Amino acid sequence: MYTRIYVLRFLKDTSEQPVIYHLVKKFDIEFNILKADILPHREGMMILKLRGTKENVLNGVKYLETYGVEVKRLATAISRDEDKCYQCGACTGVCPVQALSIRRKDMAVLFDPEKCTGCGQCVTICPVRAMQVSLEPEVLAEA
Amino acid sequence: MKDIKTYDEINARIEAGNAVIVTAEEMIGIVKEKGASQAAQEVDVVTTGTFSPMCSSGLLFNFGQMTPTIKASKVWLNKVPCYAGLAAVDAYIGATEPSEDDPLNKVYPGTFSYGGGHVIEDLLLGKKVFLEAKAYGTDCYAGRKMKKYVTLDDLPHALLCNPRNCYQNYNCAVNMTDKTVYTYMGMLKPDCGNAYYCSAGELSPLFNDPCYKTIGIGTRIFLGGGIGYVTWHGTQHNPNVERTPGGAPKTPAGTLMVQGDLKQMSADYIKAVSIPGYGNSLAVGMGIPIPILNEEMAMYTAVSNKDLFTQVIDYGHDYTNRIARSYGEVSYEQLQSGTITVNGKDVPTAPLSSIYMARKIAEELKAKIQKAEFFLSRPAQLLPDGR
Repeated sequence: MYTRIYVLRFLKDTSEQPVIYHLVKKFDIEFNILKADILPHREGMMILKLRGTKENVLNGVKYLETYGVEVKRLATAISRDEDKCYQCGACTGVCPVQALSIRRKDMAVLFDPEKCTGCGQCVTICPVRAMQVSLEPEVLAEA
Repeated sequence: MKDIKTYDEINARIEAGNAVIVTAEEMIGIVKEKGASQAAQEVDVVTTGTFSPMCSSGLLFNFGQMTPTIKASKVWLNKVPCYAGLAAVDAYIGATEPSEDDPLNKVYPGTFSYGGGHVIEDLLLGKKVFLEAKAYGTDCYAGRKMKKYVTLDDLPHALLCNPRNCYQNYNCAVNMTDKTVYTYMGMLKPDCGNAYYCSAGELSPLFNDPCYKTIGIGTRIFLGGGIGYVTWHGTQHNPNVERTPGGAPKTPAGTLMVQGDLKQMSADYIKAVSIPGYGNSLAVGMGIPIPILNEEMAMYTAVSNKDLFTQVIDYGHDYTNRIARSYGEVSYEQLQSGTITVNGKDVPTAPLSSIYMARKIAEELKAKIQKAEFFLSRPAQLLPDGR
């Protein structure tokens, strides 16, 4: 099975459409909504975990894109500033999914963006503000 | 215990390039394998390290005169108030001082994005910092105000001057109340949902010289990437606490006052921190070399996380109400495993002190001594040991 977390950005028109319903019906994909929001101009944002065969997941993503939904891997929207981070490990106390974890043998603090669900708790807790989550799309900011 | 070598002999070996220097982590295996007596013969210096927020830190600086001269009575750096009740153009900026227009905890929990620690970090990064000074004016100092941008290079003197650093052991914090609390020990979830701890454990300087036999006033140390000195025992230094048979305190105990030239330091080892709901602070990287003068020092420096303990303290209610109650004693081995047991319940732990950087500092100090760039100093006076 293939599991990936995506950030979806819906334009005003598409946010009215039941695209997730079609995604499940047509591609037999399991989904889990990690975050969903309607922004002031009625454009939508959603963080979605998709699980299915690799072919189905990738075809599902393509299908979403034909609806004008902008799809981006969440992992690409999360980053750690390695110059700022001093690997204290405070973030590992709040990360609910072990995207931030400690390698016990040397107590290094590891960041695995693939596991991140974009909750943003690490962003406020990090004492040196090394964690960045940029979910706000430029296109929506201009809308 | 009889010394088998002196500071002078160790320094002579460092000079000659044949001193044996190991880190506190390496010493554990050496003593285990060869015994303390043999290890004391072979090893000259054990290096330690720690890197974590140390709130009682700050910068004592002189910002140079102008014409007409000024006796500044109020000073700000980047809108962060400094203490200026000193002579003419001297001032002190504390690491925990928030920016004057910070909303603090009015919107709870406050973010404390910029404070004294950040000013110190900005100076280290070579950034320009805006200095403002006000004065009431005298016949000898007629100037009333001064405004200028300064960099670290522009300041005639910049001395990191930390009244309390390098805590020998620290509490493990939990929250026994039913509400989330934001403390200097991190965000603590209700009902003992998580635990934070803050010590480099077996790498930590004062855990490797638990009874202050070699660290004292005048001890030369690695401070923030440069050379600094222990200048006194730190405020709240308290040697009279319960200890393990190996001498290690089971609660917070000794502390150090340290000073060093900020101009020698690096932003890699000094970092400004913002602690949600609590405030600003400064993470300080420090390493102390411990001379292995005798077998006793070999034994002390061989201490490992399983032999170092601290207390589980409730920061939701007990700490602020000064209730001395421990919810249990845990070892640093348990804390570093990621889970401790409190009241029969498994509680996930997370550190606030960077073990990764502590090790890096111990390694860097070791390399500096090996290259004869750093020599050991015999303290002018040892710290109070409670005896």
